[in-house]
Amino acid sequence: MPEPLLKVRDLKVHYPVRTGGVVVRRFAALKAVDGVSFDLQPGETLGVVGESGCGKSTLGRAVLQLVSATAGSVSWLGCDLTKQTKRELKDCRKDLQVVFQDPLASLDPRMTAGDIIAEPLRNYFPAMSAVERKAKVQDMMAKVGLLPAMINRYPHEFSGGQCQRIGIARAMILNPKLVICDEPVSALDVSIRAQVINLLMDLQKAFNLSLIFISHDLAVVRHISHRVMVLYLGKVMELAERDALYQSPLHPYTQALMAAVPIPDPDKERAKARVILSDDPPSPLNPPSGCVFRTRCPKATGVCAEKIPTLDAARAGQEVACHHWRG
Amino acid sequence: MAILDIRNLTVSFATPDGAVSAVNDVSLSLQKGECLGIVGESGSGKSQTFMAAMGLLATNGTARGEILFDGKNLIGADEGTLNTVRGNRMGMIFQDPMTSLTPHMKIGRQLGEVMIRHRGASISQAREQALAMLKRVQVPEAERRLDMYPHELSGGLRQRVMIAMALMCSPEAIIADEPTTALDVTVQAQILDILRDVKERLNTAVVLITHDLGVIAGLADRVAVMYAGRIVEVGDVRGIFADPQHPYTKGLLACTPRLDDACGGLMTTISGQPPNLQRLPAGCAFHPRCGYASERCSAERPALEQTAPTRAKACFANLKAA
Repeated sequence: MPEPLLKVRDLKVHYPVRTGGVVVRRFAALKAVDGVSFDLQPGETLGVVGESGCGKSTLGRAVLQLVSATAGSVSWLGCDLTKQTKRELKDCRKDLQVVFQDPLASLDPRMTAGDIIAEPLRNYFPAMSAVERKAKVQDMMAKVGLLPAMINRYPHEFSGGQCQRIGIARAMILNPKLVICDEPVSALDVSIRAQVINLLMDLQKAFNLSLIFISHDLAVVRHISHRVMVLYLGKVMELAERDALYQSPLHPYTQALMAAVPIPDPDKERAKARVILSDDPPSPLNPPSGCVFRTRCPKATGVCAEKIPTLDAARAGQEVACHHWRG
Repeated sequence: MAILDIRNLTVSFATPDGAVSAVNDVSLSLQKGECLGIVGESGSGKSQTFMAAMGLLATNGTARGEILFDGKNLIGADEGTLNTVRGNRMGMIFQDPMTSLTPHMKIGRQLGEVMIRHRGASISQAREQALAMLKRVQVPEAERRLDMYPHELSGGLRQRVMIAMALMCSPEAIIADEPTTALDVTVQAQILDILRDVKERLNTAVVLITHDLGVIAGLADRVAVMYAGRIVEVGDVRGIFADPQHPYTKGLLACTPRLDDACGGLMTTISGQPPNLQRLPAGCAFHPRCGYASERCSAERPALEQTAPTRAKACFANLKAA
């Protein structure tokens, strides 16, 4: 097995949240990400799924060091990003890029598409000539399915799907090894979503790219991922090969998530067994003791409130954090 | 018997760049007790059709045609007439439950207001009704919630409050505009269950506007598919999913990723970009993206024609023959 590109070990991101106090302020820790570990191989796509507030976006940001980790390590090709100086980080970040959810909001409205895509080149290769830069930008625009003639247009002149292509071109221009996609298709219409997913899959093949694909949409994640991580309140519930996870999910939360996704087929959708979780996820400020999912779990027993389940290998290529996964 | 009958509705908006038609010549009817699903992507006119029905168009919008609610035309009706219908006989559920509840009013008062206004209930009666309705939409600890403000509730609870509010006066119809789009899947499942229960037990007609075909599959009896402000296909839900007759419907179904079949490889796509309403292509608006397009499609716009007793499509091509 090749050396992993990225090794994340026991990563924790806790945000201080003000809970009161007028003169002396009181803070509590919001555990956005709480002890996440995983490896990522070159050319692999890791899907990260979970509901809002589960820490999936924070996890992506912490890998990029856009938020600082409270504890744990993120080693990128052997060097720990959490311990790097700013200058060292800048070198590493050349290989680590990101695509955000809102395609229009993540592009500077006063820069042309060409300038936006060229900005990483200006940053990392200030000596590059304008002619060479323009050629590279137009080449990348063609690769992501934008007409190179649109180089001088502004973001508002593009549709949502095209803006997302600009965001992808900007992420790809330095030929990175890893791109973190934070809900890249959630803001797009169904017909455009498939186009962008296909583009990401094509780019991955062409450049042997690794992807961390963060999304709340299980069906999309299934399409693009090799392995999938299910997060709930900052903790990993299940981490498995794609087919193992979707064909036989072991964690009660994964099972409930899958059962909740509506199937676009009236007969199947109306006939399927309903496993409806009660309530909403609890506040991450005050998570339940033991297993964080126990308050909504149909299988919860006494032990779940007392002991935090560890993420153990249940089968080959499938790890699950549950006391009761066997039945 | 149709409770809501929309005939030849056209909605246009005056913009600095000229008039933009968001809805063109749409005719639809909602029968008593049925669930009508409206599917379309952003800009297809699915929301504006029903905003016009509720008299809620933005100030630069104008509606032409007829919107008959129980036989009375709502277009051009004065506020007084509109107010006897909306909130009373026709309820509305919006996408974002945070921005559609009044932030400075306690839940109990917001819910009760409808009863006081439309039914002349006293404050204590209204509160009692509000409590009963919150229980009906399965709000836990309903009594305590009455004295809470919207920001104290989670997204799922707020959406239940919205549904409760829409149901307060036992309306004959509810218009639900993307009721679960802002919610997580597990919460979406809870809300869809409540809507299903409302439809089946209270026999309320529901218009379900959404871009999510899975949501439609679970709830709708009939489906209308919209593209660029027009209805391109209408039919019973099983027919639409099993045998789509318009290339756009077929494309939408094909590019929706699903959990129930084998996957891998590239996804099926609809090529091209969604249309710009200010510069719609001539003929059929979908023809630049359509795999079945012929010369006729760019010259002439196909009318919505009946193909079977429960089906109609606006397309020249025969998908079966192709």
